[in-house]
Amino acid sequence: MKAIGIIMAGGNSERLKQLCTLRAISAMPVASSFRAIDFSLSNMSNSNIKKVAVITQYNSRSLHDHLSSAKWWDLDRKQGGLFIFTPFLSNDNSFWFRGTADSIYQNISFLKRSNEPYVIIASGDAIYKMDFHDVLNYHISKGADITIVCKDLAGTDRDIRDFGVMELDEDMRLQHFEEKPLEPKSSIASLGMYVISRSLLIKLLEDAIPNGRYDLVKDIIIRNSKELKVYGYKFDGYWTTLNSVNAYMKANMDFLTEEVRSILTTQPYIETKPKDEPPAKYNASASVSDALIASGTIIDGSVNHSVLFRKVFVGKDSIVDNSIVMESTIIGKGCTVKNAIIDKEVVISDGKSVIGEPDNPIVIPKGEIV
Amino acid sequence: MRKKEMLAMLLAGGQGSRLGILTKDKAKPSVAFGGKYRIIDFPMSNCVNSGVDTVGVLTQYQPLILNQHIGIGIPWDLDRKNGGAAILAPHVKGGEQGEWYSGTANAIYQNIGYIDTYNPEYVLILSGDHIYKMDYSNMLAFHKKNNCDVTIAVLEVSMDEASRFGIMNADENDKIYEFEEKPEHPKSNLASMGIYIFTWDKLREALIEDNKVHADSDFGKHIIPMMLNKGMTLYAYRFKDYWKDVGTIESYWAANMELIETLPHFNLYEDFWKIYTNNESQLPQYTGKNADIKTSIISEGSSILGKVHHSVISTSVIIEEGAEVRDSIIMEHCIIRKGCVIDRCIIDQDTEIGENVTMGVGDDVPNEDKPKIYNTGITVVGNNTVVPPNVTIGKNCVIYGKTTAEDYPEGRLESGKSVVIEKEAIL
Repeated sequence: MKAIGIIMAGGNSERLKQLCTLRAISAMPVASSFRAIDFSLSNMSNSNIKKVAVITQYNSRSLHDHLSSAKWWDLDRKQGGLFIFTPFLSNDNSFWFRGTADSIYQNISFLKRSNEPYVIIASGDAIYKMDFHDVLNYHISKGADITIVCKDLAGTDRDIRDFGVMELDEDMRLQHFEEKPLEPKSSIASLGMYVISRSLLIKLLEDAIPNGRYDLVKDIIIRNSKELKVYGYKFDGYWTTLNSVNAYMKANMDFLTEEVRSILTTQPYIETKPKDEPPAKYNASASVSDALIASGTIIDGSVNHSVLFRKVFVGKDSIVDNSIVMESTIIGKGCTVKNAIIDKEVVISDGKSVIGEPDNPIVIPKGEIV
Repeated sequence: MRKKEMLAMLLAGGQGSRLGILTKDKAKPSVAFGGKYRIIDFPMSNCVNSGVDTVGVLTQYQPLILNQHIGIGIPWDLDRKNGGAAILAPHVKGGEQGEWYSGTANAIYQNIGYIDTYNPEYVLILSGDHIYKMDYSNMLAFHKKNNCDVTIAVLEVSMDEASRFGIMNADENDKIYEFEEKPEHPKSNLASMGIYIFTWDKLREALIEDNKVHADSDFGKHIIPMMLNKGMTLYAYRFKDYWKDVGTIESYWAANMELIETLPHFNLYEDFWKIYTNNESQLPQYTGKNADIKTSIISEGSSILGKVHHSVISTSVIIEEGAEVRDSIIMEHCIIRKGCVIDRCIIDQDTEIGENVTMGVGDDVPNEDKPKIYNTGITVVGNNTVVPPNVTIGKNCVIYGKTTAEDYPEGRLESGKSVVIEKEAIL
């Protein structure tokens, strides 16, 4: 692969409420045994990208824990491998990352010391499976300066106003790009994934940052969209991002469908840090339907249309319905959990109920005792 | 190499022929156990949990799956700069012909060079045949405290069973004065577990000496009696926890089934003393809309759309809608098609059972070819096997290879019959 990878994992979202107070979005647990960043990281590794930087900032502890060894993604290498960049202090720099472009600029030596001609930039909070060879080949065949991966969100429940909206001509060349417009003129959304040549990225960053322009979208892409050949690459596969509680709920529930689950069950696989839990255990009173159950989980009660993470316990006569239950949470006997997102290490005492609305799930934060 | 206080030598070359077709293509230590594990995971995990970070794995019989499983030891954190896991296969030695490992002690004798590179004080000898959790560091402390030359881990078995084991006769301090291999009239019930700690220079000497006399040098038959005769200090180390030999089809099946009890005697669900394995998949397991799973353990990546009662399901197994699995062990990457009814069967990895197959019905008559192996009603299907749709299969049957409808006259395989289709030899 003639590209290096950069994963932007610094993001946090107010709209994810309590779920994100203790972790970056990229570290959000997804689909029973993964974290969001596993998708971008595995896609890069599976596309034979041998050198990947993860740029973190906000609440990165759980992300660092997750990435403490790169071997699970085959990125423990002498040549290349995984680089993790966090903001740092130095004599001439005491800033947090002031924007997405700035976060790359502050680590520009990573770009300068590489030899690969291209850079693929992806975000750490998107759920998808993609072969980056396809995007890079497209980029080269179009003779593009920048390629933006995009998706037509017409007919989906996504609000196009949450995204960067692209207007493309018939040749897929970018005509106009507007970030989170109130009145979108198209339904094509940028997925926050870009291909650009390494030398051009270095040049654009060195023009922008010293002049106080720190944002990758606004100051690099939109500002240069007239002079440069910017193209859109349409991605037709499953893609979602965790930008709200409802989006998080839906992303997890999507994995109950065979179509989305095939992202996980077909090669190349999405990899994650192993946890070595024993197989899931169903006791005599268990009754489970339409559910994803991770290893180490023990079920005595009923579970329907739900996603259970590792080491969850569901007690006798308890009902879990349309809910997400994260790692090491204990649900006692005779409980009802419905339309809920239960974070890690929560204890729901015997007989208690946690019930939300189907379109407004209740969130129980990490470590809480109900 | 930096010096190690104690390293482990894990004997993993045995076939385990009483496991029948399950060990046709793989050594006994690499037979799957408890859903996602293989038998060797237990001693390997015990090593790393006990602080033993140098483990030589001695392989001989069908080592392919075992070698892939162990790799460089990553699952057990045994990928180390100094020490770690090493696969030790029989090899040709300088100027001479190579030779196979002809006995347990002979295998160690042939690897004296490997052990010497670490210049250890003690060597722990293990076998890859048993299911248990044990802290070898406690056993080493016992060995040092009693100034032993050899410490042998023993289990207190019932007197009736004692004649099936190697029995240690020991004084009130557990100092061994006599060893009897499968005695007709046992004098004690301390059965050897095949786990030894030797002071290395004593063992080294004994191995070299015994090799001159016995070409098939064995710990139980030769080394231990010889050391006793020389008046060395041997102690029995009593182990009181769960320990299971899974050497027969019935004991293998029963030990798996113990894990699905509500409160299993052997607990895999505690964080302390974790058992590690080569996790191929981290996927969650999916339970379908019409699935019915009770009293079972289901491993990562499996997709259960049918009914599973009282069974152990390994990783990435597919059980289609309308299929029923009862009292059975299904190993990784198997597919059980629609309408199957599987009762008291063991199905080895990468096997496909066609639609509407009924398995495990009829009279309980022992297998005609191997009545000593298959005689408890359990039908066993080998790895990479295909069973065609719409056939009925009895009890104590053995099926192996890509079978077709022609192998089942009138769509049936009566109890006690076998269909074994040899794979093409790979030259």
